[in-house]
Amino acid sequence: MPASFMPSAQELMRFAPEMLLTLAGTLIMLLEPFTESGNKSRLAWLALGALLAALGLTAVSAADPGPAFSNMLLIDEFGTFFRFLVLAVGVLTILISTHYLRSGGHESGEFYALLLFSIVGQCIMATANELIMLFIGLEVSSIASYVLAGYLRDDKRNNESALKYFLLGSFATAFLLYGIAWTYGITGTTDLSLIRSALLNPASRPNEVLTAAASAFLFVGLAFKVSAAPFQMWTPDVYQGAPAPVTAFFSAGPKAAAFAMFLRIVLTGFEPLKKEWEPLLWVSALATMIIGNFAALRQTNVKRLLAYSSISHAGYVLVALTTHSGPGAAAAMFYLAAYCFMNVGAFAIITHVARRDERYVEIADLAGLGTRQPLMAGLLTVFLLSLTGIPLTAGFFGKFYIFKVALDQGFIWLAILGLLNSALAAYYYLRVIVVMYMEPAPEGEGELPAPAAGVLAAAVGSAIATFFLGLFPSSLLDFADKARRIFN
Amino acid sequence: MNFLDLIWLIPLFPLAGAAVQLAIGRRLPKSAISFISPGAVGISLLMSIGAVVQLAGLERRSHEVRLFEWLPLIKADMGFLLDPLSSVMILVVSGVGFIIHVYATGYMAHEHGPNHGGFYRFFGYMNLFVFFMLMLVLANNYALLFVGWEGVGLCSYLLIGFYFHKKSAGDAGNKAFIVNRIGDAGFILGMFMLFQLTGSLRFVDVNEVLRSGRFAVELGTFGALSLCALCLFIGATGKSAQIPLFVWLPDAMEGPTPVSALIHAATMVTAGVYMVARSNALYALTPETSHVVAAVGAATAILAASIGLVQNDIKRVLAYSTVSQLGYMFLAAGVGAYWVAIFHLYTHAFFKALLFLGAGSVIHALGGEQDMRKMGGIKDKVPVTFRTMFVASLAIAGIPGLAGFFSKDEILWQAWSSPLGSKALWMVGFATAAMTAFYMWRLMFMTFYGTPRMDEHTLHHVHESPKSMTVPLVILAAGSVVAGWIGMPKVFGENGFMQALEHWRAPVFAQGHAAAHEAASHAHHDTTMEWVLMGLSIGVALGGIFIAKALFFGGGNIELRTGGPLYPVLLNKWYVDEIYNFLFVKGLTINGGGAMARFDANVVDGGVNGTAWMTRMVSRISMWYDTWIVDGLVNLSAFTVRALSFPVRFFQTGYLQTYALVFVMGILAIFGYYWSR
Amino acid sequence: MLAPITTAHYLVLSAALLLIGTVGILLRRNAVVVMMSIELILNAVNVNLIAFSRHLDQVNGQIFAIFVICVAVAEAAVGLGILIALFRNKETVLIDEIDLLKW
Repeated sequence: MPASFMPSAQELMRFAPEMLLTLAGTLIMLLEPFTESGNKSRLAWLALGALLAALGLTAVSAADPGPAFSNMLLIDEFGTFFRFLVLAVGVLTILISTHYLRSGGHESGEFYALLLFSIVGQCIMATANELIMLFIGLEVSSIASYVLAGYLRDDKRNNESALKYFLLGSFATAFLLYGIAWTYGITGTTDLSLIRSALLNPASRPNEVLTAAASAFLFVGLAFKVSAAPFQMWTPDVYQGAPAPVTAFFSAGPKAAAFAMFLRIVLTGFEPLKKEWEPLLWVSALATMIIGNFAALRQTNVKRLLAYSSISHAGYVLVALTTHSGPGAAAAMFYLAAYCFMNVGAFAIITHVARRDERYVEIADLAGLGTRQPLMAGLLTVFLLSLTGIPLTAGFFGKFYIFKVALDQGFIWLAILGLLNSALAAYYYLRVIVVMYMEPAPEGEGELPAPAAGVLAAAVGSAIATFFLGLFPSSLLDFADKARRIFN
Repeated sequence: MNFLDLIWLIPLFPLAGAAVQLAIGRRLPKSAISFISPGAVGISLLMSIGAVVQLAGLERRSHEVRLFEWLPLIKADMGFLLDPLSSVMILVVSGVGFIIHVYATGYMAHEHGPNHGGFYRFFGYMNLFVFFMLMLVLANNYALLFVGWEGVGLCSYLLIGFYFHKKSAGDAGNKAFIVNRIGDAGFILGMFMLFQLTGSLRFVDVNEVLRSGRFAVELGTFGALSLCALCLFIGATGKSAQIPLFVWLPDAMEGPTPVSALIHAATMVTAGVYMVARSNALYALTPETSHVVAAVGAATAILAASIGLVQNDIKRVLAYSTVSQLGYMFLAAGVGAYWVAIFHLYTHAFFKALLFLGAGSVIHALGGEQDMRKMGGIKDKVPVTFRTMFVASLAIAGIPGLAGFFSKDEILWQAWSSPLGSKALWMVGFATAAMTAFYMWRLMFMTFYGTPRMDEHTLHHVHESPKSMTVPLVILAAGSVVAGWIGMPKVFGENGFMQALEHWRAPVFAQGHAAAHEAASHAHHDTTMEWVLMGLSIGVALGGIFIAKALFFGGGNIELRTGGPLYPVLLNKWYVDEIYNFLFVKGLTINGGGAMARFDANVVDGGVNGTAWMTRMVSRISMWYDTWIVDGLVNLSAFTVRALSFPVRFFQTGYLQTYALVFVMGILAIFGYYWSR
Repeated sequence: MLAPITTAHYLVLSAALLLIGTVGILLRRNAVVVMMSIELILNAVNVNLIAFSRHLDQVNGQIFAIFVICVAVAEAAVGLGILIALFRNKETVLIDEIDLLKW
C-alpha cells in the first residue's frame, strides 16, 4: 500500500475535533449502563468537556489550515468558522437540556452521545470538500437528529415529529444523492474543485440536459436541509413536536452546517452554473421569506411560531446566497452566527417556561412573564428584538449586511421585498413581547420555578453574544470576510 | 457598531415612538405607552452615547453624514453633523429627555383629561418634541436646523395648550406662538443674509468661509455681517426668552410640569444659545453685535431675577429663574466665551430640570397647589423631593463643588476678564448671582420649612411621589453635583479630567475666537484676581441664602414684601406685559380707530380663543381618527393577517404525504424552469 | 441477437426506480411501505453510480455505492425504531392518521 494512503499526523490533527467527539460519544454510550440513574449528569459534563476540548482543538487545527485525507476534507477558515459555530451551539444545547431531561425523568447518556455524533456530522459538513464526504457528514448528522427528534419515546408529539423528519429527510437525502450521482456521471469526479474545472472546461463541457438534472436534484436536497421554500413543509411540524432543547439545536446547528454545505457547493463546485442557479435562488429566497413570515402571523404555539420564524431567517440567508458573491458569503456567515445565538437563546427561555412535559408552550402561557420573572422576560425580549432586527443587537447587523450586499450586487427588488418582509416580522415578534408585559398572568397555573442554572447560563451567554455581535460586529465580520476569500 | 455613520438614526427612534403613539395610542394600554415613550428616547440615548464615545476616538472630532440633497436651491442636505458641540447637546437632550420621560410616566399616570386620549397624546407630542430637538442639534446646516427649530416650537405650542379646557393654557400657547413668530422672522432674515454672504448654509462651509479671512472684523462699524448676526440673535431671543421677547416663557408654565422641565428649562429654550454658539465664527467677526448679545443677556439676567424675588407661584419663580440663567448664557456668548455658555447650558439642564421636576413632585403631593404661600413644613413628608431639591438649590445658588458653581463662576470670570467683557457686565452678573441665591432659598424655605399653611385635608394627603418620579430626581441630583467637574477652572489645577470639556471643545472653536483664546491666556496671569472674584461670588451666594433664611425660615412673615418700594413693580413683572399691551395693542387701537379695534376684537381675541379652539379640534380629529381609522385598521389588520396567513399555511395539513406532494411539485417546478430556459 | 446493454439503459432503469419510489411515497399509506419506497430511490442512486463507474472506468462510483448501502441500512434501522416507538403509542402505522402537528 502506497505510503500516501496513510493519513499523516498533520492530517489527523486537522481532523482531531471530530475524532475526539466520536470517541467521547462512544465512551458515553459505554459508560451509560454503568452510571446510576442519579448520576447521569456526569455524562452531560463529559459531553460538555468534550465539546470544549473540541473547540480548543478546532482553534489548534485552524492554525494549520489545509486539506486532509486526499483532499476529501478542507480545513480552511470557512470550515473553522462553522465548526466553531456548531460546537458553540452544542455547548448551549447541553446547558439547556440537562435540567429539562432530568425533570422529565428522561436523562440518559444516549441523548448526549447522539448530540455529539450529530455535531460530528455537522463539522464534517462544514469542512468537506467532496460530495461523498458531504453526504456522509449529512447522514451522520441527520440520523442522529432523527433519533433526537423522537427522544421522548412516550410523547406522541415526539413520535410524530421524528417520523415526519425521518421520512421526509430520507426522501430529500435520496434526491440529493441522485443529484450527486448525476454530477459524478457528468464530471467524472466528486471533488468540488475538480467539478468546477470540469464545468468550466469548454472541451469537456457536459451535456446541458444532464447538468440541469444534476443541479436540480442537488438544489432540492440542499434546499430541504436549510428549509427553503418550497421544501420547508417539514420544519414547523418537526420543530413543534421535538423536545424544546432539541428544537433549539435543530434550528441552529444542522441549519448552519447545511448552509455551510450549500455555500460551498454554490460558490465553488457549481459556481460556473451561477447564471442558472440565480433565478432559482432568487425565487426560493423570496418564497421562503414570505411563507415563513406570513405563516408565523397567526401562530399560537411559541415553538411553531419560532419554527416559521426560522424559515423566514433561512430566506434572508438565501438572499445573501443569491448574490453569488464573496461579500454575500461573509454576510451569510455573520447572519448565521447571529441567528444561532439569538434563536438558541429564545428557545432556552421557551424550554424554561414550557416546564415538564411541555405543557406551557402557547404564547398565552407567556402572559405576565414580565412581572413573574423579569430576568427571563428581559432576556427573551432581547432575543426577540434581535430576531426582529432592532439596532444594538446582532440581528440588526445581520440583516443590514445581507441587504447591503444585495443592493451592492444589484438585487434591488429582492432587497426591497426582503426589507418589507422583515418589517412584517416585527408584528409577530412584538406580539410575544406585548403578551409578556401587558397581559396578566393566567390564574390557576402552576408555580413557575426559578430557572435552572444551565438554562440561565445558556440564555445569558446567548444574550451576551447577541449584544456583542450587535455592538462590535466587525470582530466577527472581519473573520468571515477572511474566510470567504476562498470563494474568489 | 459604527454609531458615527448611524447618527441619522438617533432622531428617528423618538419619531417612530411618536408615530406609533399618535397613530394607535388609544388602543394601547397606559403601560405600553409608558414603555414605548421613554424606551424610544432611551434607545436614542444609547446610540448618542455610542456615537460620542466613538467621536472621542477620532483624530479630528467632527463627523458628518449626508443622506441626500434636500433643498438644491440653497444647497441644503439632509445631513447630520456630530462634533463636540452637537455631542454635548444630544447627550443633554436625550439624557435629560429620557429621565423626564420616565418621570412623566409617573406624573401623568393619574391624568384624567376630558377624554382618555390625553395620556397617549401627551407622550406622543413629547416624543415628537425630542425628535425635532435632536434634528435641531444634529443638523449640519441652518435650513435643517430651522426645521427642528419650528418643530420644537410646534410641540411646545401643543404641549402648553395640553390642558386646553383651561382658557389660560390656550392663551399661553397663543402668546408663545405669536412671540416666537417675531423671533423666527429674524432668524429667517438672518439665514438668507448668511446664504447671500457666504454662499452656503452648511455649518462647515459657512465657518470655513468666515474664517478664511475674506471678511474683515467689523470693529467699530455695523456692516452686513453685523446685521446678519443681529437678525440671527433676534431669532435666538424669541426661542430663548430674552429681552424683549421673554414674556411668553413664564406664561408657558400653564403646561404640565414635565413639559416645563423638558422644553421650557432644559432643552428647547437653550436652542438659541446653541445657535449662537454654532455661529461663533460669525459673531467673532461682529464685535458690535456681540456687545448687544452680552448686554441683552446681562439685562435679561438681572431683570428676570428681580421679578423672581417676589413671585409666589412656585413654577413662575422657576420660570423667571430660567429666563435669568439663559441671560447668563448669552452674557457668556456675548463676551466671546461660547464654550462657557454651552458649559452653563449643560449644567443648567441638570439642576433646572431637577428643580422643575421637584416642584412637580411638590405640586403632585399637594394635590395641584402651586402657590407657595399655601405650602410649608412638608420636608419630612416628601423626603426624597426635599433632599434632591436641596441639592439643586445649592447648585443653582453657586455653592462650591456643585455643578452650577463652576459654570456660573466661569461666566463671571469671562465677563470680567475677556476683551469683550467689562466690569459693568460683571457687576450685573454678580448682582444676579446674589438674587438667584436669595429667590431660590426663599422658594425652599417657603415650600419645605416652617409650619404647614395648607388646609387640613390637603395636609393629610401629602405623600411622597412614586418611584418612577423620585428615581429621576435622584439621578438628576447626582448630575447636579458631578456635572460641573469636567469643566473646573484651571486655578484648581490642571489635568485631563478637570478640563475635559475644554479639551473636548477644540475642533468647533479651534480657529474660532482669537479673543477668547487671548482672554484665556491672559487670564492665567491673573490667578489672584480669579481667586478673589470666586471668593466674592461664593460670599454673595451664601449671603443670599442667609438673608432668605433670616426672612423666610420660620414661615412667619410669609407675606413679606421684599424689594421695598419696588415690590409692586417687581410683582407686576416691571409692567412689561402692560407696556407691550399698550404699545402694540392699545396704541394701534387708538391710532387706527375703529378698524384696529375690530382687528383687536376679531383677530387678537380670535387668535387667543383660536388656540383653545384649535387644540380642541386637534383632539376631536384625533378622536375621530381613533374611532374610525385606528379601530377600522385594527379590525382590518386582523382580517388581513388571517387572509395573508391562510394561503401560505393551506398545505400545512399535518399529512406527511401532502408535504411530499409539495416537495415533488417543487421538483417539477424546477424541472419546468430548466425546460423553459 | 439482443442489442448490448449500454449505460443509457441503466440510467433509464434508475430513472424508473426513482419514479416508482416517488409515486410509492406519495400514494402508499403504510409507513413501512413508504420507507421501502425510499429504499427504492436509494437503489436507483446505486444503479446510477455503478453504471457511471463502469462508464467512466473508475472505481470511485462503486465505493460510493457501498457507502450509500451502509448509510441506507443505518437509516432503515433508525427509521424502524422510530416507527415502533410510534406504534406503541398510537397503535397505527398509517401515515394519514398521524396529523397531530399541523397548520
